[in-house]
Parts: sequence; structure tokens; C-alpha cells
Amino acid sequence: MTIQFHKETFRGEYSFHNSERAIKRFPFPFDKDSYMYAVNMEQHRGGPADSVYEKRFDVDEHYVSEMEDRALVLADDPLRCQSLPHMTLAGWDLLELIMVSKSEDYPELFELHRDGDQWRWVNKPLGIDDTFTFMDETTLPYGPMEYITRQTQGDFCVLDQRDDNLWMDAGTVTTQADWSLDFDIGMNFFEWHAPVPLAHEKGIFVRALKFLLNIQQGAPARRLNWTMTVNPLLDTSPENYHKWGIQKTTLTPENIGSKQHLRVELQTFFRLPRSNALVFPIRCYLCSFDDLMTVPKWGRRLHRVIRDLPVELATYKGFIDNRPMMLDYLSKFDDGQPTSLGIWPDLETEPPLKVVRSS
Amino acid sequence: MSKFEFPPSIKSRPVWGTLEPRAGKHHLMIADAAGAEAILGIATPELMAGTHIIYIPRGADHADALRAQNPAQFYEGPTYAASVSRIRRVLQDASMGLQVYLTGTEGLMGQAMHEAMQAGIPHTAIQTEHRGSVARRMQCVHCKGITEDVETDPFVCSHCGLNLFVRDHYSRRLAAYQGVCIDAEDPGNVPEPKGIYE
Ligand code: HEM
Repeated sequence: MTIQFHKETFRGEYSFHNSERAIKRFPFPFDKDSYMYAVNMEQHRGGPADSVYEKRFDVDEHYVSEMEDRALVLADDPLRCQSLPHMTLAGWDLLELIMVSKSEDYPELFELHRDGDQWRWVNKPLGIDDTFTFMDETTLPYGPMEYITRQTQGDFCVLDQRDDNLWMDAGTVTTQADWSLDFDIGMNFFEWHAPVPLAHEKGIFVRALKFLLNIQQGAPARRLNWTMTVNPLLDTSPENYHKWGIQKTTLTPENIGSKQHLRVELQTFFRLPRSNALVFPIRCYLCSFDDLMTVPKWGRRLHRVIRDLPVELATYKGFIDNRPMMLDYLSKFDDGQPTSLGIWPDLETEPPLKVVRSS
Repeated sequence: MSKFEFPPSIKSRPVWGTLEPRAGKHHLMIADAAGAEAILGIATPELMAGTHIIYIPRGADHADALRAQNPAQFYEGPTYAASVSRIRRVLQDASMGLQVYLTGTEGLMGQAMHEAMQAGIPHTAIQTEHRGSVARRMQCVHCKGITEDVETDPFVCSHCGLNLFVRDHYSRRLAAYQGVCIDAEDPGNVPEPKGIYE
């Protein structure tokens, strides 16, 4: 399947849009009609053809434009990419993991030619053809982590593992759901998760950390997380919150379907070979309510999830004020019929929407 | 003087303890303002014979009382910023088994703790005790500027002028809490500031 890369923006006039294909493969995060935090992790060993689970690092129609957006964010604020001095080796590990994975999974887009430590990397969508010496930083235009994450969709946290904990000691973070790498760098697993409500009390982080510490090389894992974003804005950073926060107040019953986006993070976990660090790619997918509603199962389910979501979660995720307006919109797509288990759209088997009486 | 009981908080926020004299030849005590009282509380002639005190009075008048304990070394600094290079130098020379005691405001303890960790002092050799002001050292997440001794929530960033609310999220690396714009979604609607723990 050849990918048509969009020319689009995630700011200003927000020309971002999803093709029909992108909507069908959107990682809808709810496998049932309700949601609560859980240790929802599974092996990352592929998935249905053309799903976002299929490849190790999914490349989609937004690739080129997302990389342009990242370059803008980094030009504006270099602190969004940081690596503590002991993390350079992990950066090389990450560069290798991504180059090998992408060249194997998308040979028509990426090529890696290795001759000893002389490597040639060809990235056709971004028009890059670089030759460098593996493990020699002076032969790349950026440090290894920055070099490769400027060419890979999603945020990246690189975690050092020591004292039975994970430490956020490096990362490139420009598409985050309102948290600051610059503030969190150097923190351990429990410290950077401190602001999350309810999950500590449920023991979720203790169990999740135990799982992560035991992830082996070649056996990556994954989970989905989600939030809500008004306008397809990738850079919902705390750094710029004083600029974008106001956009949350621009929703109206008329524009909510096109402006309100479900924001889903496909989070994966890979053990790195030389450094024994763990890398945590956080890949962000955006889909407008209008587009989501083209899948009847998702319409029914999203209404029920948002309606029944605990106040603490709706507050933490930043949409408590807009929830009533969301529910007005979503209720029109919930005809009360049952939904099939699992996240997939099930377009062939799920019934079409019955006309809902307007409330 | 009674000690302030901090309310339970989130996991990034440090929990301060109570100083107790430890065995060992070398002791480094760093204190500001009312932190002197915690030192006076544990001072014995034996302990003081191996102790280097670095004290920043910040208007308090405990320096003479500390000096009167006859510590092996005593330094009185006008500000933390003026004292930090000396603190680094002393930590650089730290012998195995050095015991570190930090007491006073959270800003002092947090910053000195960061220096001690950077110098490789094991956390088991560092004790803390909060005394005095409950003001916080705050980083503005927007402009990155640090405002010292913030007593109210919200407050105005001393660098960029935004109105910030005081979060409990704390960075040990920065020795600061996070301040985030309070009126981003409703410009100009800034609640009346009140004490952080009121
Ligand atoms: C080591 C990899 C991980 C990193 C770097 C990471 C990082 C983060 C960060 C920075 C936040 C935002 C916290 C804030 O509000 O400031 C967050 C939120 C969260 N994390 Fe993680 N996390 C990781 C793994 C996990 C795992 C394995 C779980 C499994 C349960 C998990 C569960 C959560 C939850 C439930 C939230 C709240 C999200 C929301 O409601 O939108 N995290 N994580």
C-alpha cells in the first residue's frame, strides 16, 4: 500500500485531516462501553493487516507534516529534546532500532546500508540520504536520539533502568498531552506519574513498573492511552498552555464535530540492547468527532464512555467544562443498541445507527 | 517552635524528616533562617567538633548561637546563591561517611539536596528537617524562570508576569515546584491570592 503523504498543518489554519483509510485504522482506545485506568499492556507483536499495530513503528499519511511540526517546535524551544550525559549510548541503540525496523518494515520508504560502522541511511519521504559512522556523534548533524526522532512520528522517552526503577533521563517530546519533559527529566516512574489521579491508589503504577522492568530485548509491549484535544493541535504542551488553553473555549454546538478531537496515544515499550535502557515511544493519533461517528460502534461507545467517566478523569484530562456539550453531540449517535467487544470498527457486523430521537 | 505539618501530597513532592545526630567523623550542616533551631536541637560538643556549618540567616539572628556551639568550621552566607560555590567545593572533598544535614526552607533544602546528590552523597547519608517559612521555590513552566519564596497561590511570575497557580508537582533536579498559567482559559479571571496551605 503506497502512502499519500498529506501536506497539512497542526496549528494556524489546522489543515490536518484524516483520509477514510486513516479513520478505519484509527486506534479507538475503548474495548468496552466504559473506561477506567488499568494495567492494559500486551505484547507488541504485530496485528491485523494495515492496523497501527502491524509494524514496529507505524508510518502513516501524516508523517511528513508531523515531522515539519516537530521541527517548528524544536526551533521554538530546544528544551523539548534533552538527553542527560549518560544517555548517549541509549540514543545510538534507539537510532539502530528505528533504522533497522523501518528499513525492514517499509523497504520502499527507508533504506539502511551497513558496512561495518559505516552506515548509509536513506529516508525517501523526507529526502534524506546520510552516511555516518555508527557510534561517532561527530558524523551526525544532531545527537543520535535527536537525529532519529526528528524523523519518526511520536514522542520518545528514553528511560535509564537502575535501583529497580526507571528514570526519565532523555527524550524528544513535542506532541505531549500536557506534560513537560524539561520539568520531568531526571524523575523516576512514580515521580513523573505523580499528578495522575486514582491510579496510584489502585496499585496500577507498582504493577506497571514491575512489568516494564522485566521487558526483554526483542519482546516489546504496548498499550493505548487517550485524552481530548480541541483542534488538531499536536503541541499541547504546558510550556505553551497560556497560548492554546483558550482554544478549549471556542467549541460551539455547531463546530464541535469538526473541532473536537479524540487524541489517542499508542504507547510501546522496547528494551535497548547495549544500554539496557527502555524506550517508550508515544505515538499520537488524532480523529475528529465527525470522523469517528462514521463508525456506528464507535459513536455508541464514545457516548457511553464519556457520559460515565469519573469526574476525576475528565478533570485531569482537561475536558470537564466541555463534557456537557460533548454529550449533547455524542448522544445523537447512541441508539442504545449493544456493541461488540474489542476496539475494532466491525463495520461489516455492527448495525447501522437507528434514528435517535433528538433530546 | 512548633513544626508545620505538611498535608499529604503527590509522589513527586519530597517528604521532610527530623534531624538526629549520626555517628561519624565528618558532618556538614546547611541551614537557613529558622533551620538554625534544628541544628541547635541536636548540637553536642562531640558532634560539633566534626561539623562544618553553612548558615544563611535571611534576617534571623541565630548566627551567634550557632557559633557558640564551636563547630569545627562556620560560614555565614548572605544568600544561597552566594554560598553555593562553597557548598560545591565542600561536597567535592566529602570523605566517605560524610553525614549531611539540611534544614530550613524547602528551597534551601531542595537546592542543597540537589548539590549533594550531584556530588554522589548517598541519599541515606542526607537528613532533612523543615523549619520556618512554608514558601515555595517555583518554576514557571512557560518562561522557565524561577521565583523564590512564593507564599501565595496564585502568584505572579517574577520573570514573565503571567499569573500562575502553584502545583504540588516537584522536580528534584530544579528543586522547584511547577507554576502554570491560571487564567489561560479565561484571561483576566485570576482568583484572589491566598496562602498556599490556606
Ligand atoms: C516507562 C514508560 C512511561 C512513561 C515515560 C510514562 C509517562 C507518563 C507521563 C509523563 C504522564 C503524564 C503525567 C502528568 O500528568 O504530568 C503519564 C500519564 C499516565 N500514565 Fe504513564 N508513562 C509510562 C508508562 C505507563 C504505563 C506502563 C502505564 C500503565 C498503566 C501508565 C499509565 C499512565 C496513566 C493511566 C496516565 C494518566 C493518563 C491520562 O489519564 O491521560 N504509564 N505517563
